[in-house]
Amino acid sequence: MSEFFTSVHLKEELCMGCINCIKRCPTQAIRVRNGKAVITKKFCIDCGECIRICPHHAKEATYDSLDIRNRFEYTIALPAPSLYGQFNNLDDVNIVLTALKKMGFDDVYEVSGAAELVSEMSRKYVEEHEEQWPIISTACPTVVRLIQVRFPNLIEHLLPICSPADLAASMARKKAMEKTGLSSDKIGILFISPCPAKVTAVKSPIGIHHSDIDGVIAIKEIYPVLLPYMKDSIDDVEELRISGRIGISWGGTGGEASGLLSESYLAADGIENVIRVLEDLEDNKFDRLEFIELNACSGGCVGGVLTVENPYAAKVKLKKLRKYLPVACSHLADGNAEDAFWNNEVQYQPVFNIGSNMKESIENMARVQQLTEKFPKLDCGSCGAPTCKALAEDIVRGVAKEEDCIHILREYIHKLSGELSRLDIKKDEM
Amino acid sequence: MNDKITMHYQVPADDFTRAGEASSSVKSKLKMMGVKPEIIRKVAIAMYEGEINMVIHASGGTIDVTVSQEEITIVLKDQGPGIEDIDQAMRAGFSTAPDNIRALGFGAGMGLPNMKKYTDELIIDSEIGKGTTVTMKVKLPTD
Ligand SMILES: Nc1ncnc2c1ncn2[C@@H]1O[C@H](COP(=O)(O)OP(=O)(O)OP(=O)(O)O)[C@@H](O)[C@H]1O
Ligand code: SF4
Ligand code: SF4
Ligand SMILES: [Mg+2]
Repeated sequence: MSEFFTSVHLKEELCMGCINCIKRCPTQAIRVRNGKAVITKKFCIDCGECIRICPHHAKEATYDSLDIRNRFEYTIALPAPSLYGQFNNLDDVNIVLTALKKMGFDDVYEVSGAAELVSEMSRKYVEEHEEQWPIISTACPTVVRLIQVRFPNLIEHLLPICSPADLAASMARKKAMEKTGLSSDKIGILFISPCPAKVTAVKSPIGIHHSDIDGVIAIKEIYPVLLPYMKDSIDDVEELRISGRIGISWGGTGGEASGLLSESYLAADGIENVIRVLEDLEDNKFDRLEFIELNACSGGCVGGVLTVENPYAAKVKLKKLRKYLPVACSHLADGNAEDAFWNNEVQYQPVFNIGSNMKESIENMARVQQLTEKFPKLDCGSCGAPTCKALAEDIVRGVAKEEDCIHILREYIHKLSGELSRLDIKKDEM
Repeated sequence: MNDKITMHYQVPADDFTRAGEASSSVKSKLKMMGVKPEIIRKVAIAMYEGEINMVIHASGGTIDVTVSQEEITIVLKDQGPGIEDIDQAMRAGFSTAPDNIRALGFGAGMGLPNMKKYTDELIIDSEIGKGTTVTMKVKLPTD
């Protein structure tokens, strides 16, 4: 991976330069320059916060359109469990799955089914790796990316198992190749996603060399198309479901952790809370826990920016849906998920470094401190940076200048006009 | 040119919600400076313990963290009651923390032992009725 890929980006013509987003970004990746927001890709973790906050809808995510299906001879839809939380009065997951086939997918493979396998593998892994406790979940790509760039000491705690979507993709591909005899490139594995982070996880995966997912479709795109097919499906529902309570619970916060069938866990959601937990974890502030589940979105995946339903309402719907289901329907013994472990070591990427060696870092940090002292500490955002300190860092990094601060600029102009009027006086005296 | 940098912090008395602010800030600066993760971890743990001690046992104080190319020096200074018997205070499990503090999960008597464990040098200078100064050093590897 040479360049940094991110899914979240700006629609320049809609941006008003209002600075709402720069304050909200948890990694301070956004600046307003020349009246438009700019995202520094290497700092962005695809959390989607800027999409949520922008009053002008100028931030959006890259994902594939439904047309991507035309590129393949045989397509399989991989619905994320959060999809099931989007519909009113849904009492059978099979209706959604049948509708996906009716709208043109050749087959479906529930991500929640693969999630049950991941739960089983995780249970065993956590039990056998006490030295790695607390083990941190890796299903949310935003969290993994955040740890990779900002919490180097926690990398060793990451659960080295593929996300349910990636595992579902490999299993679905294998199944389709066996069933159809088609070569791999003719089969399209299309994930129906609640968030932009999953798009990034496919394009530049962390922990695995390659994702088997061929395309990512947003829940909000497929939702209106799917609804009428769901009405049609009610009378001839096909039995396609391969997951039970554990798998479907993964769609909301606490779901993955509860699938471990252990009490010794913590589950946090919402990016700010996640960061707090990681900070405290890094400082040894927790009593011994076995597992930590972290979801960047409030409410878990049902809170992803590409969903339509209110996350808390969606969580209630998931709860209702799974009520009469068996605990789990997919089991390791049934098939082979031996490839589900990570095969690519996660390396710390110190993207926020301010110098290339200690000497330079000391000089640069000292300069940041001096500059920060000089600024009014109002964090007004007029310069386009979220805080005075962030502007100081930008200046030291060579991407901004002192006069970008309007308060410094004003002083400078005052001084200048003072000098000019003195010049005038001198002229008069001559 | 600067060959060292000092970061200065005030630690307010009796404010548990703010305890840990200074060590967090130092942690994020050290990360930006490219200090090795395992060293940052040591500094953060040792400094947090010291910061909490100032909040619980003294009435707040100041912290100065100096980073040079060779080492990180943390000086925690308070005008609290002082430590009567430093050897005793250093013993694992020794604590004078009152019950209300223990109820918050502190008072295991592990703070000072941890500060020693995670640093290369720990010096405590304390006078009853005057205050305590704790100086810790963590060496940086030369490469
Ligand atoms: N800055 C200080 N001023 C006065 N007394 C202190 C100070 N720091 C430590 N002490 C004394 O030393 C004792 C041991 O400190 P230590 O940090 O090891 O344990 P603790 O703070 O009591 O409990 P823990 O740190 O495990 O929560 C304290 O109980 C207190 O009596
Ligand atoms: S919130 Fe950010 S992206 Fe949206 S209009 Fe304001 S500056 Fe532009
Ligand atoms: S997606 Fe998140 S990390 Fe990326 S720019 Fe937006 S708020 Fe910042
Ligand atoms: Mg203590």
